[in-house]
Amino acid sequence: MERPLTGHTRTYGEPLSLRDYEKLGGYQAVHKVLKGMTPLNVIERVKSSGLRGRGGAGFPTGIKWSFMPAGEDAPRPRYLICNADEMEPGTFKDRLLLEGNPHQLIEGMIVSAYALQVDVAYIFLRWEYRLAAKRLERAIAEAYENHYLGKHILGSEYGLELHLHVSAGRYICGEETALLNALEGRRAIPRAKPPHPQVCGLWGRPTIINNTETLCNIPHIINHGVEWYKGLSHTDQGGTKIYGVSGKVKRPGAWELPMGTPMRELLEEHAGGMKDGVAFRGVLPGGASTDFLLEEHLDVRMDYESVQKRGSRMGTGQMIILDDKTCPVGMVLNLERFFARESCGWCTPCREGLPWIAKILHAIELGEGQPEDLEILEQQAGLLGPGNTFCALAPGAVEPLQSALKFYREDFERHIKEKKCPWR
Amino acid sequence: MLSEEERQEIEREILRSGVKRGASLEALRIVQKYRGWVSDEIHDTAEILGMTSAELDAVATFYSLIFRRPVGKHVILICDTVSCWVTGYEKILERLTRRLGIGMNETSADGQFTLLPVACLGVCDRAPAMMIDEELYTDLTPEKVDEILGHYQ
Repeated sequence: MERPLTGHTRTYGEPLSLRDYEKLGGYQAVHKVLKGMTPLNVIERVKSSGLRGRGGAGFPTGIKWSFMPAGEDAPRPRYLICNADEMEPGTFKDRLLLEGNPHQLIEGMIVSAYALQVDVAYIFLRWEYRLAAKRLERAIAEAYENHYLGKHILGSEYGLELHLHVSAGRYICGEETALLNALEGRRAIPRAKPPHPQVCGLWGRPTIINNTETLCNIPHIINHGVEWYKGLSHTDQGGTKIYGVSGKVKRPGAWELPMGTPMRELLEEHAGGMKDGVAFRGVLPGGASTDFLLEEHLDVRMDYESVQKRGSRMGTGQMIILDDKTCPVGMVLNLERFFARESCGWCTPCREGLPWIAKILHAIELGEGQPEDLEILEQQAGLLGPGNTFCALAPGAVEPLQSALKFYREDFERHIKEKKCPWR
Repeated sequence: MLSEEERQEIEREILRSGVKRGASLEALRIVQKYRGWVSDEIHDTAEILGMTSAELDAVATFYSLIFRRPVGKHVILICDTVSCWVTGYEKILERLTRRLGIGMNETSADGQFTLLPVACLGVCDRAPAMMIDEELYTDLTPEKVDEILGHYQ
């Protein structure tokens, strides 16, 4: 089984130096595109590979790229930003890529930047990833020294500046328009769309923002081609995916596997199944902003469409497991408190609605819930759903809530009836 | 008043950014590096950045890792997010608060430690987790917390 993104790295091992990376075929994609592919060729190849954004939304990368205005008259400078602000609860895949092989990301960014004729690129990194910051700084310096960055890359006409921006907390910075405000030194609240960043992004210029894992796929698509890339997958959605499992399982971890690997295989084979003495009750398939799924859904293939058909989303592909010794109300309370705290406060439904939800859940957990609370929660979940808020934070926040109210109804009702949490 | 060192470092960041206000977070971080926190007196910093004090304040109050009150010598960031919560966060928090005699968002009386919650640290495979200053600690147990704190006390 091929693991192009992680095959050369050891989890928690030392990262590859530039020389080691080159020996393994690293930076070949930069040579290849600069010598023999037009920017449009590169975009077309990424488009036909079917690569979809690995940050959670799954938007086709090549199509996103094609929205950037091209040609002589297009405004300059043009920007590319790597979103490495990984903060989705339960998600730890980009950390592995950033720490394990920073040059792979840099190469992916150079190739993408060339395709998009970008002048300046940024890696937007959360502060807490200290090791990643250190390794990225070093790798960027090595790349400059070896003429992969700066003016006239490898003697060509093309040049690129790459900067590392280290952030300072707040989940909302990972929302792409909030990220733009953060980079411009403004309060990091999301912007209204349209205009989309591809047209009017950083400092009002055309800007593409891609997730770390997405960009790490690019060199491999260039080197090995579209057919190879599609063949990595179990389904019609190409490539591999870094899946992860956390919670009370025997071997929590993250693994690069063919796109479309079934959830059951992830849980039972790779994560070793549930710890002794606890049983599976449910799963958030791809981070905190996804709907719960149950035992009966475990055979679903983890790809964008298959998970969506079951009423959830693949999101980041990082599964969080609910077990029978953990209170589902408590778990949802934990999630909603997180979202309430991380709401940027810009739009009213999110700012006011999420704390209200968290307060009601807290009351239920304490045994002070009222029967009508469940209706209020359902109503709030609807009011905070898609289309009613400024960005996707609140609609994501209510996904685990609405599915918990459906699947774990009896547990909520027991809390209210028995006036206590049965797990405490 | 900004010190000469602070001013020079901020100027360097402005050059690197290319746009004055683009360096606002780094400027705040520089002030915090020298003073431990960022007080309400940010007029000088705002001026170099070509911003009003209110604009810079809007940035400073936004970030959870820009401190607007004095913090202890060591800042403990404990992950209170879902995977850590499922795997024993409450026991870790209990041990920390008992050992340090403080609750969340508080600083110990001797000024040694401040305890703050942090969003998912992205080490869910090694939960529960926390950071002390720039150091990451994973697979925590209450006993391990005792041992770790021992290195700082």
